Amino acid sequence: MAVTVRIPTPLQRLTNGQGEVACEGKTVTELLNNLEQRYPGVKERLCDKDGKLRRFVNIFVNEEDIRFLQGDQTAVKDGDEVSIIPAIAGG
Amino acid sequence: MSLSREQIARYSRQLILPEVGVQGQERLLSSSVLIVGAGGLGSPVALYLAAAGVGTLGILDEESVALSNLHRQILHATADVGRLKTASAEERVRALNPDVTVLAMQARLSASNAQILLSRFDLIVDGSDNFSTRYLVNDACVLLGKPLVHGGVIRMEGQVLTIHPRKSACLRCVFPEPPQTGDVPSCQEAGVLGAAAGVIGSLMAHEALKVLLGIGEPLLDHLLVFDGGRSRFRTVPVRRDLRCAACGEAPTIQALREERVACGRSGI
Repeated sequence: MAVTVRIPTPLQRLTNGQGEVACEGKTVTELLNNLEQRYPGVKERLCDKDGKLRRFVNIFVNEEDIRFLQGDQTAVKDGDEVSIIPAIAGG
Repeated sequence: MSLSREQIARYSRQLILPEVGVQGQERLLSSSVLIVGAGGLGSPVALYLAAAGVGTLGILDEESVALSNLHRQILHATADVGRLKTASAEERVRALNPDVTVLAMQARLSASNAQILLSRFDLIVDGSDNFSTRYLVNDACVLLGKPLVHGGVIRMEGQVLTIHPRKSACLRCVFPEPPQTGDVPSCQEAGVLGAAAGVIGSLMAHEALKVLLGIGEPLLDHLLVFDGGRSRFRTVPVRRDLRCAACGEAPTIQALREERVACGRSGI
């Protein structure tokens, strides 16, 4: 078992086209670091230079916005679903 | 106001819905909606709201129709290429339903005109194509207390959120800031599948009708996410953020400003 991470379309180029990847980690930060190791470039797109989540990207753990939990220190466990949802402006 | 015989025939299939009825139809006919952008999202929104008999439709766009618009912007036809989108949209909507008063507004929304332009409408539907306008529309709606239907589309995916300012999550509660200059590694046009814009635009029109009629459960505090690659919908619950710069308890946005954003359509 692992955490299922849903990858938004613009980042699927970096995950070999996969929309969902299984990933290990105890917190959101660990997940992102592990994602980065496997798919270099992912973290830079989601986080700023200080490693903070960009303000136009949201991460949901089991449908709860992590900003209302413990932010990037939010705990995750096997079987959890994590969604990365960026703002979209196209019309 | 009472419905004419022609109106009863025209709207008969929605009049028979218990959620609509004569009262609901009269409500629509006396409603006004501003559609920001007569493009891929604004097109289905304008067509469905006009067809449903929304009495006044403001259509705001500053651009002219380009050939590359036509695969998704179904308000406009080949013969309209080069014409103002507002002119083409007005003609199309009038031809569809003479009950509708169209206010064609050829303008670019800015910090100085947004509140004035939005203030006369009951509801705003944002089908614009860039972050700067989207945050401006959100902030103006919060300042004016206007309900807003927000939607975005890119490639084969999209999002919809309906907003009742200070009652439900606004765009900034969900995504506090647009991408700033230097935030993103590159700035490329991403493309969009026309029918995906139709999916999102139709949902936006549907939300607008529900809000105007006061029926059903609009997407308040729920961000709908469309994954067009797999043709799946999801909604994630979102929350009003009491620290929100626009609608929080101590808002820092007291007057409108335009954000300097990195690029048009895709944050990451």
